[in-house]
Amino acid sequence: MSTAFLPPHQVQVRDLSNAGMPRSARVQQPASVACTRNLKKSYGEIVALHDLNLEVRRGELLALLGPNGAGKTTLVQVLLGLARPDSGSASVFGVNPFGGQVQARLGAMLQVGRVPETLKVREHLDLFSSYYPNPLPLDETFQIAGLTEIKDRRYGELSGGQKQRVLFGIAICGNPDLLFLDEPTVGLDVEARRLMWSQIRILIERGKTVLLTTHYLNEADALADRILVLDKGAVVAEGTPAEIKSRAMGKQIRCTSRLAIEEIRQIAGVLSVKADRNAFELQVNAAEPVVRELLQRDPWLADLEVTNAGLEEAFLALTQNHNADAKGGN
Amino acid sequence: MATTTFPAVLAVPRRSLSRTIALYAKEAKYELINKTRIPVYALSTIAIPLMFYVLFGIVLGNASDRRDNATYMLATMGCFGTMAVALFGFGVSLAMERGQGWLQVKRASPMPVSAYFLAKLFAAVVFSTVIMLLLLSVGIAFGGVRLPFATAVELVGILVAGSIPFSAMGLAIGYFAKPNSAPAVVNLIYLPMSFCSGLWIPLSVLPHGLRALATILPPYHLSQLALNAVGMAPNPTPAWGHVEALLACTLLFLGLAAWGYRRDEGKLYG
Repeated sequence: MSTAFLPPHQVQVRDLSNAGMPRSARVQQPASVACTRNLKKSYGEIVALHDLNLEVRRGELLALLGPNGAGKTTLVQVLLGLARPDSGSASVFGVNPFGGQVQARLGAMLQVGRVPETLKVREHLDLFSSYYPNPLPLDETFQIAGLTEIKDRRYGELSGGQKQRVLFGIAICGNPDLLFLDEPTVGLDVEARRLMWSQIRILIERGKTVLLTTHYLNEADALADRILVLDKGAVVAEGTPAEIKSRAMGKQIRCTSRLAIEEIRQIAGVLSVKADRNAFELQVNAAEPVVRELLQRDPWLADLEVTNAGLEEAFLALTQNHNADAKGGN
Repeated sequence: MATTTFPAVLAVPRRSLSRTIALYAKEAKYELINKTRIPVYALSTIAIPLMFYVLFGIVLGNASDRRDNATYMLATMGCFGTMAVALFGFGVSLAMERGQGWLQVKRASPMPVSAYFLAKLFAAVVFSTVIMLLLLSVGIAFGGVRLPFATAVELVGILVAGSIPFSAMGLAIGYFAKPNSAPAVVNLIYLPMSFCSGLWIPLSVLPHGLRALATILPPYHLSQLALNAVGMAPNPTPAWGHVEALLACTLLFLGLAAWGYRRDEGKLYG
């Protein structure tokens, strides 16, 4: 996997964060704002990160896409200086995030079990703004995060979507250059998710660099410039959303059959199969050989449908292909 | 992924002095606001010592030595109150905020960790001052307590300063207890400890073994300092011995907490 430079026009259009700097300084700004080298981290027996290399480029929205337990949150923690890697290195704005210096340029929306509920939205943001050297004016934070209407409510009185917006506000209030959004829309309904997406797009328009983790492929597709697919602590695929989709696009076969689900699963080329009401849904790389095999085994096969796989199925195919490769290599 | 990248130059704008002061003040202010808005916390830390004082110090005393009893218990229940505030307000709230991920959100920001801890200490100091003033008022109004103004100030000062060793203890508990079990852990530690230190029943009526045990317990040393101030220490020992013991406790618990803090960095889960 090679590193492509951001096209120059993209840097200039996107990057407003150092608009006040002399042009020469702007040109010299390097493309990479954060990177990791051979990052390894385990919790006891569980390997969270396995030799992970990544680079976050200035002004991009990079999505880390992966199932639960893929190591996304651990990676964010390492880049924020919250967890120490076992080996390998992480660098954010050219320094080790553990030094405690770089946090003034970072914002983070993390998954939190419980936020102090008795403080009002305004009070939470007033406090977090005070941590940063050059925070946004409070009203601007409220406006971007959609908190203006609820700024005088206590955190404990808010709905799930509103709570997420407060955490989003906490991430942006310091006017950081690099933002980490860890599963920002998990548990939100469709409407709240769309709202969060539009708020994230405001950050991109302002030239911020964003690292987003998600396990929704459509979210990564909607927001990201670049997607890294993570599985079991390692990068299994990297590319633009279009590339990721085209690489992963398999076919989906739907049919009713007298065959047992185990038997279908054993057919070569079947990535996964699930029973859906009285029909089976198969994810495959190529449909024709599988259909041929199915018809041979079950002449009464009916209701046959072959479609392009959806995004979630594509994602499944990506991570499963990788697993198969890994097994083959051993 | 073979990449050749040049690290971005780190340019971190520094926080000005006035902004730094404002930060510490805001952290303390919101910690206090947060605590006063939790009725369970405000009520239990203030009402329980007050209730014990009314029961043990005023209602149960003999008519003949009612005034002495009320003065004695003012010192020991004040110590009990200070301890409750520091162990619950510092220990339990730290354990919860740490265990539920809130401390992590704060640590991901440029907040100086010292601001977080000093704010909790500040809240403990304010709450113990309130408790002491309430106990003192009740003692004067209903227990016949009469203290020279300077003595009363000294007593309140000693007990409020006692927030420091117990906050250190709370800090250590906060780094080792789980959020759900922290209240139980604190109760298991501080109720027996206050009994064994003679806060409810004077040490002189406790068995010998317990009396020896008391000398290694921090509430014993704080209560002796407070009793010294009101002239009621059973065997007045030099105050510096108790101060040293409390200092040693503080350092021990700070050391434990520092170990827990380091351990956290490696253990974060997610």
